[in-house]
Amino acid sequence: MGLFVSETRFDSGSRWLLGHAVGVFAFLYLPIAVLILYSFNGEGVGGFPPHHLTLNWYRTLFADGPIWDSVLNSLQVALAAMVIALTFGVPAALALERAQFPGKALFRRLVLLPLILPGIITGLSLLMLFNVTGTKLSLMTIMLGHGTALIAVATTEVFAGLQKLDRAQEEASLDLGANYWQTFWRITVPNLKLPIIGAALLIFTLSMDEIAVSFFLIGRDNTLPLEIWGRLRRGITPEINAVSTIIFVFSLVAIVFWYRLRVRGESAAEGETK
Amino acid sequence: MFSRAYKAAVTLPPLVWVTVFLLIPYLLMFCYSFWSVSASQTIVHSWNLANYGQLLRVDVYWQTLLRSMWIAARVTIFSLVLGYPLAYFLSFYAGKKKDLLYQLVIIPLWVSYLVRAYAWKTILGSDGVLNTLLQYVHLTKHPLEFLLYSPFAVVLTLTHIYTPFAFLPIYAALEHIPRNLVEASHDLGATPGQTFWKVILPLSIPGVVAGATFAFVLSLGDFLAPLLLGGPSGIMISNIVVSLFGAAYNWPLGAAISFCMLLLVVTLLVFSERLEKKWGFS
Repeated sequence: MGLFVSETRFDSGSRWLLGHAVGVFAFLYLPIAVLILYSFNGEGVGGFPPHHLTLNWYRTLFADGPIWDSVLNSLQVALAAMVIALTFGVPAALALERAQFPGKALFRRLVLLPLILPGIITGLSLLMLFNVTGTKLSLMTIMLGHGTALIAVATTEVFAGLQKLDRAQEEASLDLGANYWQTFWRITVPNLKLPIIGAALLIFTLSMDEIAVSFFLIGRDNTLPLEIWGRLRRGITPEINAVSTIIFVFSLVAIVFWYRLRVRGESAAEGETK
Repeated sequence: MFSRAYKAAVTLPPLVWVTVFLLIPYLLMFCYSFWSVSASQTIVHSWNLANYGQLLRVDVYWQTLLRSMWIAARVTIFSLVLGYPLAYFLSFYAGKKKDLLYQLVIIPLWVSYLVRAYAWKTILGSDGVLNTLLQYVHLTKHPLEFLLYSPFAVVLTLTHIYTPFAFLPIYAALEHIPRNLVEASHDLGATPGQTFWKVILPLSIPGVVAGATFAFVLSLGDFLAPLLLGGPSGIMISNIVVSLFGAAYNWPLGAAISFCMLLLVVTLLVFSERLEKKWGFS
C-alpha cells in the first residue's frame, strides 16, 4: 500500500499526481488507439470522425504478397538474432560474473554499448566492415547486425539472474564428479531458465521491430519494418494500420505469456524457500 | 571454484565475436573518417584531417548538430516531466494496482517505433485526425500546418517514444528507496512535500540521470522520426549522415560525423555513470 495513502488519500498532491498519470497514459496510448481504430476506417488513415467501418484493409493485407514475404524474412532474422545473441550473450554474462581478464572493463562496455548507442552508429560501422571485407548485403548481414547489437540484452538479463543464483548447486555438481559441460547444461542453464526465456522473447520482439540498423544492412529482401518504411514514403493506406494492429496483438500475447511464466516462476521459487 | 578452462571457454567466444563485430567496426569508422573520396567516386586511403576541418568550417554541420542537441534536450526534459511524477505515483500511491500500471507503461514499448511515429503522422497531418477533429468541432477553420513537418512534431513523437525509457530507471530507483527512510522522515514530522524534496528526490537522482541519458542519447541519434515528420526545419544530424552514406556519397565525411557522435555518446555515458555513482547508495 502507498505510504501516504491512509492519511492523505485525497490531498491535492495525490490528486494532482493521479491526474498527471491519467494524462501520461492518454498520451502513451492515444497513437495506438488511433492506429487500431483507423485500421477499420474505409476512408483512409486520417479524417474525423472515422467513416464506413470495414474489414477491407485486413482483406487487402491478407492478399498482399510482399508484406507476408517481409514478415517471413523478419521472422528468420529474429530467430537468427536470438540464437546469435544467446550463444554469445549467456557466456558473456558468465565471463563478466566469474572470470577476471585484462580488458574486462572495455569488454563490458563494448558488449553493452549497442543498447544505448543510436542504431545508426551500429549500422554504419557494420556496413563499413561488410564493405571492407567484400560481404554482400543480405538478410544474413541484418542477422549479424541484430544478433550483435542484442547480445547486450541477453547479457544484462542473464547477469541479473546469475547474481541471484546460489552457487552451491554448481559446486555440488562439480564435487560429485560432473564436468563443467554437464554442470553448465544440467545446473546453470535450468536455473537461469527465466532470464534466458525473458531475454529470448525480448530479443525476438526487438529484432522484429528494429529498423535503424537494418536500414543500412539491407540487401534485396526487406524486413517488415523496412517494407512498411518503403510504403510510408509512397503514400499511406490503413493497410499499414492493419498489419501494425496484428503485430501489436501478437506482442500482447507474448507479454501476457511472459508475465504468467514469471509469476509462476516466482511463486515456485517462494515455495522452495518456505 | 571455476577452472581456468571454464573461464576461457565462457570468455573467449564472446570476446572474439565482440572484437570482430563491434570493436573492429568502430575502429574502421575511425579510419574511414581520415580518408577521402576522389573525383571518380572511389575512396582514397590517404590519411588527413580534412573531414574534421570541414565539420568545423561548414556551418550546416555544426549548426545541425546543435539543433539536434536542442531537440534531444527538449525530448529529455519532457520525458522526465512526464516520466518522473508517473514513476512517483506508481511507486508510492498505486497500491495493489502497481504491477498492472507498470505493465501498462511498458506495453507501448512493444509497439514498433516506426509504427508509433507513423501513427503520429496520421494524427498531425493537415488532413489528419487532429486537424479534422478541430474543424469538425469548429475550433479551427483551416488545418494547423505547424503540427506536422516541424521540429514540434519530432519533439512530440520522440517524447512519446522515450517517456517509458525515462520512466523505467526512475521507477527502479524509487522502488529501491528503503521505505523505513520515508517512514522515519514522516515520523519526525516532515510533511509529504518535505519528505519528497529532502529524502525521496535526492535518492532517486541516479535513476533520473540514467533515464535522462537514455532519452537524450537515443533521440540525438534518431533519423527516422525527422525523415517522417520533421520536414526541412526538423532535419537532424543523423539525416546528414544518412545522405552522406547515400546519394551524396561521401562515406569518409559521414564516418567523421558518426565518430564524433560516438565520442559524444561515450563521454555522456562515462559522465552519467560518475553522477550515478556519486548520488547512489554506498
